[in-house]
Amino acid sequence: MEKAKGKVIKYGDNIDTDVIIPARYLNSSDPKDLAAHCMVDIDKDFVNRVQPGDIMVANKNFGCGSSREHAPIAIKASGISCVIAETFARIFYRNAINIGLPIIECPEAAKEIEEGDLVEVDFDSGEIFDVTKDRRYHGQAFPPFMQKIIAAEGLVNYINNES
Amino acid sequence: MAMTMTQKILAQAAGLSEVKAGQLIEAKLSLVLGNDITSPVAIREMEKMKPEKVFDREKIALVMDHFVPNKDIKSAEHCKIVREFAAAQEITNYFDVGEMGIEHALLPEKGLVTAGDVVIGADSHTCTYGALGAFSTGVGSTDMAAGMATGKAWFKVPSAIKVVLTGKPKKYVSGKDVILHLIGEIGVDGALYESLEFTGDGVAALSMDDRFTIANMAIEAGAKNGIFGVDEKTEEYLKAHGSRPYQAFEADPDAEYEKEITIDLSTLKPTVAFPHLPENTHTFEDIGEIRIDQVVIGSCTNGRLQDLREAAGLMKGKHVAKGVRVIVIPATQRIYMEALKEGLIETFIEAGAAVSTPTCGPCLGGYMGVLAAGEKCVSTTNRNFIGRMGDTTSEIYLASPAVAAKSALTGKLSEP
Repeated sequence: MEKAKGKVIKYGDNIDTDVIIPARYLNSSDPKDLAAHCMVDIDKDFVNRVQPGDIMVANKNFGCGSSREHAPIAIKASGISCVIAETFARIFYRNAINIGLPIIECPEAAKEIEEGDLVEVDFDSGEIFDVTKDRRYHGQAFPPFMQKIIAAEGLVNYINNES
Repeated sequence: MAMTMTQKILAQAAGLSEVKAGQLIEAKLSLVLGNDITSPVAIREMEKMKPEKVFDREKIALVMDHFVPNKDIKSAEHCKIVREFAAAQEITNYFDVGEMGIEHALLPEKGLVTAGDVVIGADSHTCTYGALGAFSTGVGSTDMAAGMATGKAWFKVPSAIKVVLTGKPKKYVSGKDVILHLIGEIGVDGALYESLEFTGDGVAALSMDDRFTIANMAIEAGAKNGIFGVDEKTEEYLKAHGSRPYQAFEADPDAEYEKEITIDLSTLKPTVAFPHLPENTHTFEDIGEIRIDQVVIGSCTNGRLQDLREAAGLMKGKHVAKGVRVIVIPATQRIYMEALKEGLIETFIEAGAAVSTPTCGPCLGGYMGVLAAGEKCVSTTNRNFIGRMGDTTSEIYLASPAVAAKSALTGKLSEP
């Protein structure tokens, strides 16, 4: 898998899917429409400052709440290349893998990396490199089963390939 | 090897004699659920798969409940996609306006879920069916698509937290107070990736509606599922709702749990979760005066008959406080009809409340009770996140139907 490299946009604990994409925008499922309102309820400026390749870093229980797949879709369509968190809520974790948004759990990195840092993520090894601070962390690499899904760029292709 | 209740159900569905926590398995699904928000995305994904027919047209439930009767053109387009898909695929359990209800109240009521089932639903509150002794969990639209196409889903076998309930709850303490108390204790990620298994002699004191409420909000502690064993009340419920033959699973006596939590139901008090997380729980001795603008009684958490009875009991012959909008939403058509027959709807309307056709509506800030800037709402729903019900400066106080009804009468957050 290709490495992700980008500038960090940082959030705190319990970022729920209602703030990632508020339900009032769920009358559309077009990724572009969703990206246009991503994070709006806690960070109105996100949609203006996010650059393709940027990395989102947050603390514990990222993606909690509603199962809306629109949440990882909105994050991916806004250009984010990877989400690093202390922990992810389980439905969000599945959804991100299923739609091919790379995510990685690493409590230490999630705590220490700061807004604006330049960070590189190697998904094969699970290594997270904070270029700005010159610090390296070891995140949890995907188990082989999930690597297959990600390599196929999502669950649908994976199932198509297997059958 | 000793297994939890959840592990036993998953082992059977995976065709294995035993499973252990952390193991990745592929399980056969008893039912795949979707709603009007998540199904259009799932349908688009399923169309990309080679098998264009669903695995079993009788094991899929599509419920139009979030933004119906449609709130705008885009929602109407979404429902149209699902309606056409259901017709083309000849889906047996498609529920549209007039016969729909909020999915997690509707499916048990229709007998579509039974004990021992493995259910996935593209809605996080799919964990509700744990009340019936089923393994059920929320997933996203792609998992729903794969489930519809193959009849299978992969799971990481969860470990579990054992929640031992003892004693009997006092008057005006219900399932909502039990689950809010638990979330207050362990936090919104206190059961992350794990099962919550409810057991103990206190379970017998809880009605099925209480148990649905408790299992429903397991996700609010981050749990994969919440589950109860099968007892006489469960059997009676399954029989009354024409459910398929069931299988009751029990945890092995020596099953391993991550931890054990005991809750003496007799000590619980009406509990309220303050903005903006379900874990911010308070009881009334530390609640000051909080004036409110709106009350919502309904949702997949608390829109069942017992909830409406409790609220109407407090509101009968009284009138809601001036300046408070009260919205009551029976969760299904059948509950609505029962409430009508029992005179509950008349009580609500005479008290000055608005009564709506079943919908998820205000719970997720869709419509039917969206909040303006700075407004405060006491709600029997399940989430009080920032902006969940409207403006980002509005506030949601999660509570039981009894607290909501009493607050409706006083115009401030009040103990029944």
